[in-house]
Amino acid sequence: MKWLIDSDTSKLEFVREVEEESGIKIFACYQCSKCSAGCPIAFEMDYLPNQIIRMAQLGMKERVLASRTIWLCAGCETCTTRCPREVDLAAVMDALRIIALREKVKPSERDVQLFNKIFLSTVRKYGRVFEGEMIGRFNISSGHLFKDIFKAPKLLKRGRLKIFPALTDVKKMKDIFKGTEDI
Amino acid sequence: MKYAYFPGCSLHSTALDYDESARAVAKALDVELVEVPDWTCCGASPAHVTNTFLSLSLPLKNLQSAEKISRQMVVFCAACYSRFKFAEKSLAENQIKEKIKKIINLEDIPEVKTRHFLDILINEIGLENVQNRKKQDLKGIKVACYYGCLLIRPPKVAEFDDPEQPSCLDNLVEILGAVPVSWPYKNECCGASLSLSRTDIVLKLTNDILQDASEAGAECLVVACPLCQANLELRQKDINKKYRKDFSLPVFYFTQLLGLALGIDKKSLGLHRAMVSGDFLLKEKGIA
Amino acid sequence: MLVVDQLPKTELQEIPFKTKIPRIGVFICHCGINIAGVVDVEKVASEFAKIPGVVHSIDYKYMCSNPGQELITTTIKEKKLNGVIVAACSPRMHETTFRNAALKAGLNPYRVEIANIREQCSWVHQNEKEKATEKAIQIIYSILEKVREDQTLEASHSDVEKKALVIGAGIAGIQAALDIAQAGYPVILVEKESCIGGHMTKLAETFPTLDCAACILTPRTVEVSQTPKIKLYTYSEIEEISGLVGDFRVKIRRKARSVIEERCTGCGICQEKCPKKNIPSEHEEGMGTRKAIYISFPQAVPNIPVIDRESCIFYKTGKCKVCQKFCEPEAIDFEQQDEIIEEKVGAIVVATGFKQLGKDLYGEYGYGKYKDVINSIQFERLQSASGPTLGEIRRPSDGKIPKIVVFIQCVGSRDRSKGIPYCSSICCMYTAKHSMLYKHKVHDGQAYVFYIDVRAAGKGYEEFWARAVEEEGAIYLRGRVSRLFEKDGKIVVRGSDTLSGTQIEIEADMVVLASAICAHPSAIELAKKLRIPYDQYGFFTEAHPKLRPVETTTMGLFLAGACQAPKDIPTTVAQASAAASKVLGLLSQEKLSHDPITAVIDDEICSGCGLCVEACFYGAREIDGIKQISTVKEVLCEGCGACTVACPNGATQLKNFTKEQILSMVDVML
Repeated sequence: MKWLIDSDTSKLEFVREVEEESGIKIFACYQCSKCSAGCPIAFEMDYLPNQIIRMAQLGMKERVLASRTIWLCAGCETCTTRCPREVDLAAVMDALRIIALREKVKPSERDVQLFNKIFLSTVRKYGRVFEGEMIGRFNISSGHLFKDIFKAPKLLKRGRLKIFPALTDVKKMKDIFKGTEDI
Repeated sequence: MKYAYFPGCSLHSTALDYDESARAVAKALDVELVEVPDWTCCGASPAHVTNTFLSLSLPLKNLQSAEKISRQMVVFCAACYSRFKFAEKSLAENQIKEKIKKIINLEDIPEVKTRHFLDILINEIGLENVQNRKKQDLKGIKVACYYGCLLIRPPKVAEFDDPEQPSCLDNLVEILGAVPVSWPYKNECCGASLSLSRTDIVLKLTNDILQDASEAGAECLVVACPLCQANLELRQKDINKKYRKDFSLPVFYFTQLLGLALGIDKKSLGLHRAMVSGDFLLKEKGIA
Repeated sequence: MLVVDQLPKTELQEIPFKTKIPRIGVFICHCGINIAGVVDVEKVASEFAKIPGVVHSIDYKYMCSNPGQELITTTIKEKKLNGVIVAACSPRMHETTFRNAALKAGLNPYRVEIANIREQCSWVHQNEKEKATEKAIQIIYSILEKVREDQTLEASHSDVEKKALVIGAGIAGIQAALDIAQAGYPVILVEKESCIGGHMTKLAETFPTLDCAACILTPRTVEVSQTPKIKLYTYSEIEEISGLVGDFRVKIRRKARSVIEERCTGCGICQEKCPKKNIPSEHEEGMGTRKAIYISFPQAVPNIPVIDRESCIFYKTGKCKVCQKFCEPEAIDFEQQDEIIEEKVGAIVVATGFKQLGKDLYGEYGYGKYKDVINSIQFERLQSASGPTLGEIRRPSDGKIPKIVVFIQCVGSRDRSKGIPYCSSICCMYTAKHSMLYKHKVHDGQAYVFYIDVRAAGKGYEEFWARAVEEEGAIYLRGRVSRLFEKDGKIVVRGSDTLSGTQIEIEADMVVLASAICAHPSAIELAKKLRIPYDQYGFFTEAHPKLRPVETTTMGLFLAGACQAPKDIPTTVAQASAAASKVLGLLSQEKLSHDPITAVIDDEICSGCGLCVEACFYGAREIDGIKQISTVKEVLCEGCGACTVACPNGATQLKNFTKEQILSMVDVML
């Protein structure tokens, strides 16, 4: 990989974009890699969390937004808790996903974003999560048709799965979703 | 003591047993829980990874409803707890506050403090009081207390226990007569937000956690979060299959163990709803 | 070796040893478990109790403790001992301790010997306890042989010349000179350049507080010129040094300045009128020019010009003398010759500073070839308000303001292949400072820094570096730069960033090299004159890296500043004050005592062959012109024994290390 730095400073705009979205000063990071050392998902990532920060520092926007790492972050806050420079990495990861969505970058972890989308759409529709529909829709959209399907009867029997959604405050939910999307 | 009670989506479905045991325990300890009217989802992880304002508006809407009941709202789900606390902190900033107020048509931000029930238990009721009301000893049952992530992290948000060496669950089960085992994975992540989308990752993480708990000599786990419970318990069979293990570790909610000690019957605590039943273990120990 | 008597002479009551019958005490130290855990100390003690001549043999937990020393003192008195062996740790640790204990009891301290049964026995034979015990016995037997023949020796004394010499008038030399002078002793301060202040005169601002270098240095240089106790010789060098601590003889060469210092008023008209222009200025590091007669910079101390005879038209053609014509006080002297001045001093501080690595080592960076590739001191000049650009950051090639500046750290430093494996220690911080100051002056500019590690160990340094990154926006890239080349008016930088695993190419407007800090090229020559050791890079070596950091192995010679190792201003000033305090400690002595263990010559055997003279590193041996035999200057002799080895017929012996003693010591060992 090669990275060219010339008089075009627009690349560094990405740094400002990330800082604005996350509210975090990413140049506070001095690359000690403690975040990566403790990240429970690091084994599945294409770039370690510290590398994501590093690439963001250098303005490597495309590379960062196309990474799987930003979608795999489980938001467990381990990195944020232990960072010696008070860089809230979890917040930076959130910001990067939000920027990726805004810029319509195709998520490298399709299922992760698909789940988020379906989750929020059931919440929008019913006010609360309706697992039955959510899992069904996720399985159909992701192509994992029979995933977790055999758990359903057992859960139903134990009363741990609802057959009908509990419609709650739907009107207000719609307003909130609409309002935040418009920002 | 009267609190607004926010159950959250899980406690109305997959974690119905948590809701049942929570209400039963609260009642036994003379804590009045009044369910927040028309409560809706807090947004969980999908909201904050998608839209910052959505992730703040959804909790705020519920706090607005809670305000009618009490200045304090109790949650049992660690994920809900985290989202409400995040919102509480973020809304202290003026710029964000003004924007959000517009979105959900608010005059002012409701002044409701969100607290996890463990926080109430330790800092309001007091473990001594709990001990005084104990009707039954847990008879040395070996428990791995699993804190996971959002109950204790990040410390600026979750503020009532130590993020690296948490102890609230250990202290609680100890006074109930159980023996908390010492195990490093007590605050490692189970991968909750990836449960459906990247189940493979979750299986690996939960396998590691169960392995560590069992190596530490635990006979069961105790949790304070429905997502942790779902990953560790609902998926235990999948873990066994994928990693050729034979884990049979019941994963109790702390309210269930507390309920048993307070002499509440098993049915009221929802113990019959478990996928990995704790019946055998409890019978073996002579816990009624 | 210098020894300072622990007790006033009057209290000493030497026990007369009229008889040669030895009455020796053997004291075996456990050193906790260090010795006793391996060596069977009780067995050793009982072994020596049986030996004729040994009248006392005992083991004890810690001989060096107060009760341990007391045990030795009282035993000497009670048993009337005339020789003592302490079997313990290395003599480097506690020889002095035990000799002083003997002194308290009235026994001549040179009759006390250490048998090293720790470093040379118990520590190295931890798994062979029985053999270790045997070896300990052997070692003590051998020392016993030495003690039997040890003579009573007396330290000799010499006077102290209460004046100091400081070589080099950079910030280190200035600090040392001022400290010594303020304590009331006269100081000779010698500087080879035409004015004082050294490298610090070239700096713009200093890390980590960004004080203006001139603002903090100028008061000091002026103070030097106004302190009557300091005699300043600029444009002067050390020609020769002889003598020893308390009595050094120094010859100073005052190079011909072609200006009579006493007459010059510093008006500067000579410099103004000199027709020879455009000579690259040393002070400006070649970024500006000067005349053939010049004052380095306006605040120079002394404010007296010098003629550069290499460039001066008169010296080349015999015609011109424009400066002389305009000089009203008639201070120009074309005939002036070098002058040798002799001074006598008691102590010397060496503070000769460093030299930044030149251009030769890195062809791939093209320093000297590409105008816009400069070194860090040149960048300091660009930053300086009195520099060639009056403090504006303009690149040398076309005077444009550079919008992308790349700083490269470790140019030379930490590069074993270039023979500089050490860290230059100051570059990390001044580069952080450079990136910061650049941003202060060029708001829309971007600084990039290539580094391997950032070493910021001083007070406030880490915070300073963090500020450069977080607040001033310097972007740090971790890696060495492979090469630089010029293209379309840019300097293309081929580097990489190990943190992102990316090859990086930067089209820079200017590149600044943090070139290594090296010893001054003339350092080794000076070290030889001073008879002080230096390391393979030419830095002078301190006597002990931890416990004697400002002393050299030659008594009375002290080190300050970057001549010892690369160091920053705070550390340099601290070391200079430390050296000054050592000098003051020395100059405040009434007399200096010298270790009596020196070479001694047997006049009757010496053939005057002179081999000992060649062998002596300290100049303590000389052939007597009349008697044609060798002599020993006891005050110079360090007792190293080199001459005794060189002497072909045993005429030279070392006191208490005689050939007989050594041979019998070896005999019992075999």
